[in-house]
Amino acid sequence: MKEILSGNEAIARGAFEAGVKVASAYPGTPSTEILETIVNYKEIDASWASNEKVAVEVAIGASFGGGRAIACMKHVGVNVAADPLFTLSYTGVGGGFVLVVADDPEMHSSQNEQDSRNYAKFAKVPMLEPSDSQECKEFTRIAFELSEQFDTPVMLRSCTRISHGKSIVELAEPVAGLPTPKLVKNPSKLVMLPGNAKIRHPFVEERLVKLAEYGATATLNRIEMRDTEIGIITAGVSYQYVREVLPTASVLKLGMVHPLPMALIKEFAAKVKKLYVVEELDPFIEEQVKAAGIAVIGKEIISRCGELTPGRLRKAFNLPDASQTTVEKLPGRPPNMCPGCPHRGVFYSLSQLKAYVTGDIGCYTLGFMPPLNAMDTCVCMGASISSASGMVRVLSPEEKKKVVAVIGDSTFLHTGINSLMEMAYNQSPATVVLLDNRITAMTGRQDNPASGWTLSGGETNAVDLVQLCKAVGIRHVRVVDPLNLEETRAALNEEMERPEPSVIITNRPCVLVKREGVFKKGLLLSIDQDHCTGCKACLKIGCPAIEWQPAPDGKKGKAYIDPLLCNGCDVCRQLCKFNAIGSAK
Amino acid sequence: MSDTITNILLVGVGGQGILLASEVLSETFMQAGYDVKKSEIHGMSQRGGSVVSHVRYGREVHSPIIPEGEGDILFGFEILETYRSLPLMKNGGTVIANDLRIPPPSVLLGQETYPDDLPGKIAAMFPDSLLVDGQKLAAEAGNVRAANTVLLGAVSKRLDIPDECWIKALEKMIPPKALKVNHVAFQLGRSL
Repeated sequence: MKEILSGNEAIARGAFEAGVKVASAYPGTPSTEILETIVNYKEIDASWASNEKVAVEVAIGASFGGGRAIACMKHVGVNVAADPLFTLSYTGVGGGFVLVVADDPEMHSSQNEQDSRNYAKFAKVPMLEPSDSQECKEFTRIAFELSEQFDTPVMLRSCTRISHGKSIVELAEPVAGLPTPKLVKNPSKLVMLPGNAKIRHPFVEERLVKLAEYGATATLNRIEMRDTEIGIITAGVSYQYVREVLPTASVLKLGMVHPLPMALIKEFAAKVKKLYVVEELDPFIEEQVKAAGIAVIGKEIISRCGELTPGRLRKAFNLPDASQTTVEKLPGRPPNMCPGCPHRGVFYSLSQLKAYVTGDIGCYTLGFMPPLNAMDTCVCMGASISSASGMVRVLSPEEKKKVVAVIGDSTFLHTGINSLMEMAYNQSPATVVLLDNRITAMTGRQDNPASGWTLSGGETNAVDLVQLCKAVGIRHVRVVDPLNLEETRAALNEEMERPEPSVIITNRPCVLVKREGVFKKGLLLSIDQDHCTGCKACLKIGCPAIEWQPAPDGKKGKAYIDPLLCNGCDVCRQLCKFNAIGSAK
Repeated sequence: MSDTITNILLVGVGGQGILLASEVLSETFMQAGYDVKKSEIHGMSQRGGSVVSHVRYGREVHSPIIPEGEGDILFGFEILETYRSLPLMKNGGTVIANDLRIPPPSVLLGQETYPDDLPGKIAAMFPDSLLVDGQKLAAEAGNVRAANTVLLGAVSKRLDIPDECWIKALEKMIPPKALKVNHVAFQLGRSL
């Protein structure tokens, strides 16, 4: 049977067909939908982990217990998960172990564009890279077979265009006859203290040699001979751009990007007159090919920054561009916090108080955008609290007061909790605002350990954030309603003045939460056009429902609320000094 | 089946149903026996950002994104986003767009102005363009949210795909309770 699947859906299907028992992940664009699809296969135990390191460790446990296991994340997640990954490379696996990583060249929704192939090389594990959804499914199955055959974790790398691209996939039945998971004691292999690890390191090195030999014969890597003037080594989505733009060129298509099948590369190089490597981001293949003494052209013509497109590839090979229409400069359309978003009032208040805001990764990073302009730093998940903690140690007593960290509930439980322990332990006098909207909103409303629900929709324990903050040693923890500007501002003001660590928790849910009884829409607001003086105070919160309407005849314009967008949060009404905003009639 | 690939670009603002429309298109082309690829960026799509989805079909499709300047049909859900995407189109391509204006943040704040006469500019550059009052026709069909299906109907008339493939795809991709309204909306679009 054929279906149109995204790369993420196809990886999930591949996991099902490979007989996976356990799947664990932390959501992150563009990887999120893998687990959201896997959960529909009832044969697989699928769950959200609090972060990527935990996800890998859950999958490790399942693998050591003899079941096939998969962990999924975006590229920056591997930074968090790197610790267990590198040692898992030494222990090897029980049931097959696959780590799926989705890279984001061009940073469509990421804070950097790192190339995960370097992690495979660094951790000395094989990495497969599919070029479309069919290969996503096939390679996932092959990855499990390789994992067990070579006693290694296997990485499967995707990128935004593969993860969120859709193409036709031929479905198959799941494999039969996998061994039943059971406990097997093997401490010399699974307890990595120095004495045991020393024995495993040579095994890891030999494994790479064997994998490279396997790669030279595997169907994963294939030579497609066409015209011999130009030969191109490529992999992943870049292969598709090469086929599109240079249809007559000979191609060595790599399905395994680490270790490289150098024997096959040499064979291919000998068959063509001029050799190129076409790859996104780092010269990962190119450097190794050059180190093997083979002349090749790569990053001389293709940028190390951003994703490849057919147009960029055409330019690289000096091919004529299709003639294009040009248009004048237009107003941009950046993402914005939703109408009624509970974060908006907090950022407005922080901006009013001239706070220096150390931010974090989530919807609230959008607090950086104008007109709020209320975020000053943003590095990685959890860094808001720890960088505030470090920052106050170098500042004057007056400046210390201005430092406020903001972090969401999911990010707080991801790695923010470690940072808060540090802040409490070392008594750094900064203020933390925990924006608890009951959901992991940025990636599309996934539940987390504070929301009270599991991935499969079951009701579960919800972390008590107030008690948690107190338990790590924060003495001043208070809860505020972020839609009440006066209350929010007063709380911020008091805690910023306090020469001790403190946490303010906001308690309004995300407006996108669909679960019954969580988000309640307020009364629809409207602007009385007779009372509106055109002062623009209500525009300072940047709500998408409020529009400035210029007057055509030279008179002052007025603000207007779009009734289709307003969620009735009431924040704008609190800003209007002329009582022009009220409930719509 | 010829070797030509048809490139359809769907553009608009997050929340307008662009991704669903592009799924219906892809499903239709697969039903008709073509190879299909679709690609989109949707990380920020729920928060009012620009959304662009590429759908390509033909005997064999390689790149999941439309090469710059090779778009055959621009299927626009909002007029500023339609205009913004013209550089991806080939000269002489077809533009079918919803004549709807959604102001971006800088316009809401009164810092920039929404460009004037976009329909006129589009028609001048792309004579084969059709502007549709999708909202009005969708309301006629029974639900203002079915504007994307009205437009889909208009796009369908310009493609050589058997009717039953469109119907099968709509029935597979649209929830049963919304199907009746969407059937009417689709036919309204086809009559344009």
